[in-house]
Amino acid sequence: MGTGRLYAAVAVGGFRRYATYRIATAAGVFTNTVFGLILAYIFIALWDDRPHLGGYDQAQALSYVWLGQALLMVVAVMGGGFEDELIERIRTGDIAIDLYRPADLQLWWLAQDAGRALFHLLGRGVVPLAFGALFFDLALPVDPLAWIAFLVAVALGVVVSFALRFLVALCAFWLLDGAGVAQLAWIAGIFCSGMLLPLNVFPGVLGEVVRALPWSSLIQAPVDVLLGTADLPRTYLFQAAWAAALLAAGRLVQSAATRRVVVQGG
Amino acid sequence: MDNEDADLILLDRVEKVFEVRRRTGFLRAERRQVRAVDSLSFSVRRGEMVGYIGPNGAGKSTTVKMLTGILTPSGGRLRVAGIDPSRERTRLARRIGVVFGQRTTLWWDLPLIDSYRLMHRMYRIPDGRYRENLDRCVELLDLGDLLDVPVRQLSLGQRMRGDIAAALLHDPEVLYLDEPTIGLDVISKARVREFLRDLNAERGTTVLLTTHDLTDIEQLCRRVMVIDHGRLVYDGSPAGLHEVGESERTLVVDLERELPPIEAEPARVVKVEGPRQWLAFPASESAAPLVARIAARYPLVDLSVREPDIEAVISRMYAGRAVS
Repeated sequence: MGTGRLYAAVAVGGFRRYATYRIATAAGVFTNTVFGLILAYIFIALWDDRPHLGGYDQAQALSYVWLGQALLMVVAVMGGGFEDELIERIRTGDIAIDLYRPADLQLWWLAQDAGRALFHLLGRGVVPLAFGALFFDLALPVDPLAWIAFLVAVALGVVVSFALRFLVALCAFWLLDGAGVAQLAWIAGIFCSGMLLPLNVFPGVLGEVVRALPWSSLIQAPVDVLLGTADLPRTYLFQAAWAAALLAAGRLVQSAATRRVVVQGG
Repeated sequence: MDNEDADLILLDRVEKVFEVRRRTGFLRAERRQVRAVDSLSFSVRRGEMVGYIGPNGAGKSTTVKMLTGILTPSGGRLRVAGIDPSRERTRLARRIGVVFGQRTTLWWDLPLIDSYRLMHRMYRIPDGRYRENLDRCVELLDLGDLLDVPVRQLSLGQRMRGDIAAALLHDPEVLYLDEPTIGLDVISKARVREFLRDLNAERGTTVLLTTHDLTDIEQLCRRVMVIDHGRLVYDGSPAGLHEVGESERTLVVDLERELPPIEAEPARVVKVEGPRQWLAFPASESAAPLVARIAARYPLVDLSVREPDIEAVISRMYAGRAVS
């Protein structure tokens, strides 16, 4: 119980840290909305020309755009969450402080990132989606159960995203500078999450591959759950399996990194 | 059996060897062993306040890191409160407090109080005791107006006081302080020192203090240990340090014009730069008659006296030891 309260407190802190930057949040909402508008008009042109591309009709395609903008920050497709801070702490040696605390490194950062994700869902997600729903013809369900199913998929997506970024950050233990790896992860995130274009649209083998990669848990999976175009148990299982595998990998790397620090020094 | 009550910290021939790889060519690396701590033995009794000093790279931080369990010793035996730190880091963490002067444990973007609430949960401090300790720290470290201020807006001195409070909320038996007064102004330094003195006197908290500021040691500690090249080279009173080290003060004089090196026993000129000259003289000598003699014989414009710094004392001490 005591442990649960600690990580709950960490999550609350993670939420509040982002909540303090109100102007940044407002600017971000504006950016997401503008970006959503650009994508929406591209998609309209695309689906006018190729109806039912990727199995979506135009309303579904537009829903995809606005849901993607709403989720962009929540699942931190382009990074910019805790990992920058963790990389910095590893680089400067502040990680030593984290290591002597009576708390688990991975759980600590997961809790913090969960708090951040919740803030971004409310602060950065709701407004762009409402804007899209107001000015475009979207195919959003009214059934609250569909929305609950969607939130579960989002939560799983957040964990997958966290686990990926945790691995990226830990590279800094060996590389001393995590910027390069973070940049690679950034590109992979944009391309493979389905943020720019639904993964259903990707042709042939490329499509098969990107849909099987963990990044498809971030945007593609939750959106399909909401639109009712996903096999629910299969999607959850897919996300949960990636989450478990990546978290386990993170744990392995963490213990190797800790051993390295403990034996070799900071 | 460890006699926990007598020796809270115990090191017995502790060693730490790092392997450093240096690139000597394309794909070729040379492995070299660096002995950061070399057969180090000492003990600290419960309730002691000990200064732990040495030049940069002497092995101070390595020792503190081994005492917290962040680093595993390569050899020897190490116990803190009867616990082997590297084996039971988490259990030990609940009984020790650590302040790294150049790092912060506080949550950068959030008000100070949020970090304390986190400590409350992390160390599972009973509510009553948390409140009591927080109130006490707030009062003695004058944090009342700062609790709702985000840490990033605090000055260095305020942040340091905040960090010290954070390290003490769980009533640690031992407090390691690594450069707690670095970068602080005179008033902040005095306040931190006063707090530490009270903490040690009233609560009996054992304190191990590493610093570059000799004044910290002289005002706080009755015992000081000096480490150099990973070995203990002095263990005794701060006053004895000057005697052993034959430390020197420096008199900096500005003359009206460039002159050959001044002659003024027992001082000797160590550096000349235009009209400015640096003279070294034993710390045990008074500066006044020396200044009077120089002023009588040379066209003196300005002067200042510099106290011996710890690096100089130690390096002289180490050099002296090697000769004798």
